[in-house]
Amino acid sequence: MRNTLGVFSRVRLFIDSRRAIMLPVAIAVLLVLPLIIQSQYILRIMVMIGVYSVLALSLNLVTGYTGQVSLGHAAFYAIGAYTSALLSTKLGLNFFVTAPLAAVFAGICGLMLGLPTLRLTGSYLSITTMGFCEVVRMVLLNWESLTNGPLGIQKIPKPMFFGTPLNLANRGLYYLMLAMVGITAYCIHAIVRSNTGRALTAIRDDELAATMMGVRAMRHKVLAFVVSAFFSGLAGAFYAHMINYIDPNTFTFDTSIVILSIVIMGGMGTMTGPFLGSVLLISFPEILRFMAEYRFVVYGAILVIMMRFRPQGFLGGQQLTSYRLPKHVVRPVSGREN
Amino acid sequence: MDMVLQQIINGLTLGIIYALVAVGYSLVFGILRLINFSHGSVYAFGAHISMLFIGFNFGLVPAITASVVITGLLGVFIDKTGLEPLRKKKSKGISALITTIGISYIIQNLLMIVFGSQTKFFPKLFDYGNFTVAGTVVGIRQIVIFAIALLLLAVLTFVVNHTKVGLAMKAIEQNQKAAHLMGINVNSVITFTFFLGGSSAAIAGTLIAGYYQMVYPVMGFMVGLKAFAAAVLGGIGILYGSIIGGLFIGLSETFAATYLGGSYRDAIAFLILIIVLLFKPSGLFGKKTITKV
Repeated sequence: MRNTLGVFSRVRLFIDSRRAIMLPVAIAVLLVLPLIIQSQYILRIMVMIGVYSVLALSLNLVTGYTGQVSLGHAAFYAIGAYTSALLSTKLGLNFFVTAPLAAVFAGICGLMLGLPTLRLTGSYLSITTMGFCEVVRMVLLNWESLTNGPLGIQKIPKPMFFGTPLNLANRGLYYLMLAMVGITAYCIHAIVRSNTGRALTAIRDDELAATMMGVRAMRHKVLAFVVSAFFSGLAGAFYAHMINYIDPNTFTFDTSIVILSIVIMGGMGTMTGPFLGSVLLISFPEILRFMAEYRFVVYGAILVIMMRFRPQGFLGGQQLTSYRLPKHVVRPVSGREN
Repeated sequence: MDMVLQQIINGLTLGIIYALVAVGYSLVFGILRLINFSHGSVYAFGAHISMLFIGFNFGLVPAITASVVITGLLGVFIDKTGLEPLRKKKSKGISALITTIGISYIIQNLLMIVFGSQTKFFPKLFDYGNFTVAGTVVGIRQIVIFAIALLLLAVLTFVVNHTKVGLAMKAIEQNQKAAHLMGINVNSVITFTFFLGGSSAAIAGTLIAGYYQMVYPVMGFMVGLKAFAAAVLGGIGILYGSIIGGLFIGLSETFAATYLGGSYRDAIAFLILIIVLLFKPSGLFGKKTITKV
């Protein structure tokens, strides 16, 4: 059986079966890396990869695990960024206070959008979230007294950690990003491994059957969507304080497509996929400069080609390691052991 | 009062174009249960090709005909390369959805690269002046646009309701497998549907480009969204529903722009969409579908 596995599956099997070693090694490398790399340019790209990992992880909960395609994650990203930026510039609050508030606000917006649309089949969600993205941008552009319109918000302070501003030079932003990615990955992993997570995958695979089994489909879909909006908002808050300047054109439909491409390429419904996808798709426009003009065409092509030839993504597909039952669940004793 | 009448005329002109685009959504949705995201970009593509051919000075009618055929073929191409392989593989619905999103994005960005992302001038179509009725200025242009769109919608309705292909479409809509067993070539009927959708989008794109005298690559984004709202409002999959929905969206947009200010005029369609989804997701004329196991 093992000989029939494709190259991607082999890579995945290699990673999955050695997870106990791979995870600490990966974390150690990520912790040491900024001490070796001196270039701020490369550090900035790495931090952006982190931001997009958080966005992709959050979209993956909705698209990968629940099977609902959202095209509006740029909107939650924008809501998070603007909320945090406004709270810190107008009220002078610290990033560590404004970021959670921004994430909560993004989550509330997710609830407002999710309630009417998630009752229906997935396509309605896609097109409504796409419209939502545009409406949010319209509000940001036109509500000049609050958002300063097309000029955007300037001089957003860097996150202050016990009196020290965190920036790229002192590596503070990098470690903050790492913490944010860690928290997001942990929370999403915990959800996916829980009862709720199994309900979500059941809805993805067959909503009708899941409903018949007593899964409250609507409630679970909304929950996944709200959690997803929450973490996108968090990523937005981080981005605003990292760049110090935001305007409505940072958060267009293009951003939503980039996030979706990352999830699709890495592998829907996997924990590692969003990371691989972010690394590949965020670094590629920097490496292949001559293709910069075509980068958005490439993002579109990725969606089409992956769906045609490998819909499960690079790291997706059938689970190759045995399913770990949660605690308190006893594996039934039978003659045949898998 | 004059103001109101004026807005009604402007709204109807805009609305009939939305109806034309909405019918494209409805046709494909009816047959495949798929929201074709690439429809807005196909519409923008049609307008650009018209602009290109009108620039060659062959005359107006051959230029627009060429654009309609080419855009229709683009629709066929989308189906053949993107969607038919997925049907053969029996992929999940989400795959087709993501494919159309990707295709839409590719078309839009290729238009930007080839034609440039700036707004370009589109020659005035059928400018025969204005006349005044009861203090309201009516452009003959508006009447011509309305007439052409109405004629086209009539043709589309005729094709769906009174021809053999239309019958085949309805059969596939009801039960794809049974239609196949009855000797209907399902794939070519679907391809034909995409051709119809593409060409009606090209006409809509050309008409609106001639009305506003401008084209730009992302012009299909908002129109696609509004037309989708129109299709949902009328009950997606139902042709006359899409037409009435389109007129309603056009009217509410012009009234919103006049009385609430222009900056949020694009948001009104979205608001209507959300309200419809909240209270009657099957739309005004749609029947509630029951999911059977």
